[in-house]
Amino acid sequence: MERVDRNSRRDAYGSRINRTPSTTLVFLVPIISTMLASLVPVFFISGALPYIPPLGFMVLMSWCFVRPGIFPVWIGFPLGLFDDLFSGQPFGSAILLWSVAMIAIEIIEARFPWRNFLQDWLTLTGFLAVYIFATAILSGTDLDWPVLLALLPQILISIILLPVLARMVARLDRLRLTRFRTVR
Amino acid sequence: MAPTSSRRSSNSRRVQYSVFTGYVLATIGAVTGAVLLGLSLYNPDTMSGTRTVASDVVGPVGEASAEGRIAGQGFFESIGGYFRAGQQNADLKREVELARIRLAEAEDVKAENARLKALLCLSDSEVEPVAVTRLIGSTASSTRRFGYIGAGRSKGITVGMPVRSPRGVVGRVLEVGSSTSRILLLTDSQSVLPVRLASADREATAFAEGRGDGRIQIRLINLGINPLREGDVLVTSGAGGYYHPGIAVAIVSKVTSDGALARPISDPAATGYVSVEPIWQPEAVDSAAQPVEQSISN
Repeated sequence: MERVDRNSRRDAYGSRINRTPSTTLVFLVPIISTMLASLVPVFFISGALPYIPPLGFMVLMSWCFVRPGIFPVWIGFPLGLFDDLFSGQPFGSAILLWSVAMIAIEIIEARFPWRNFLQDWLTLTGFLAVYIFATAILSGTDLDWPVLLALLPQILISIILLPVLARMVARLDRLRLTRFRTVR
Repeated sequence: MAPTSSRRSSNSRRVQYSVFTGYVLATIGAVTGAVLLGLSLYNPDTMSGTRTVASDVVGPVGEASAEGRIAGQGFFESIGGYFRAGQQNADLKREVELARIRLAEAEDVKAENARLKALLCLSDSEVEPVAVTRLIGSTASSTRRFGYIGAGRSKGITVGMPVRSPRGVVGRVLEVGSSTSRILLLTDSQSVLPVRLASADREATAFAEGRGDGRIQIRLINLGINPLREGDVLVTSGAGGYYHPGIAVAIVSKVTSDGALARPISDPAATGYVSVEPIWQPEAVDSAAQPVEQSISN
């Protein structure tokens, strides 16, 4: 039988016939990627300023905005716990802040279901600024002007990096939903 | 299509309950986090066991990244070396000549020093490092400045040991795991270090406190005329018993009315290897940890 277009039965996630996404990947990719992102800042040496963005938090937020409803509301607890092991913050800081952020996202999600990327970016900018200042307050340092000013580069880098991370998360999402499994 | 999460069923009890349970669980999570946070702000050692196990697990990855970083620095330095090579060569030759003369003078001073110390019956032994290792990571996204080194309990490291690079003080061991340790870097806002001025004609003792923005606040103990000048080097004074005296700490960059702002001499990011040294005077540290009432009653 001749076919006009060889790719007529395929979409971005692969062939649509006889294939289905791998359950393991669908479940694990968002969790593993967030945990890995929590780990990455550890491998940078910075003696002076906290200049690496809070990547774990940013990847979690990107997942929530790229694929709304992918994480249950309570995911802030387990993922925050993992982040706390490596971030250098007092234990419990990420658990608290990530849980609160997830609840806030659920509220935004219910209130504004239709958004475009620019609105998401603006929302995340606010989230990140609050998050970075909150981590500084909860870190147990003596808050002085120099400490607060030292946060500004980090906030700026985080905001600029957000679209890049969102793209990377979108690629991971495509991998997550690729139909690897054959159905018989 | 609106995202699935916003298409909530209004008539399915099961969906309503699961949404509600999600919110309850998230709130419980946030409250647990707040309690844990309060506990660990009150007592920073909370969960340190879990944390050290976690850093032990990622330690090998840190070793690899440290190796890459050090190799990368060497690569860029050798490229940079080609620029201005001629002028640099001439400058270096002149400097080496001067340095040879100074070295001869220093030898003489050393001999005299040894003679005087022998007169005073002071023993002067070289500090044998407990371990030589690499900085394998730091908390680069947090406001606190901690570092991780690739040696732990198995190499004989204990809490409080000073960590230094060939250039100067890096920090102090804070938590010890079996193969990694967490160190408090000099620039952390909770780090305080007794220092003195490295100068023959002026004297000053001070505390070097991290400011949290990469610089160090120098607070003089004796207020009065500020003897510090820009470019002065501060070294450890040995007070407190942790650090061996005479290790370079910081260089004054700006003199203020009550002391100075200084930059750390040993930048952790530019440091290849660090050595962990034994606590200089363990007795002094022990006695400082003892409550006053107890030491009076003894």
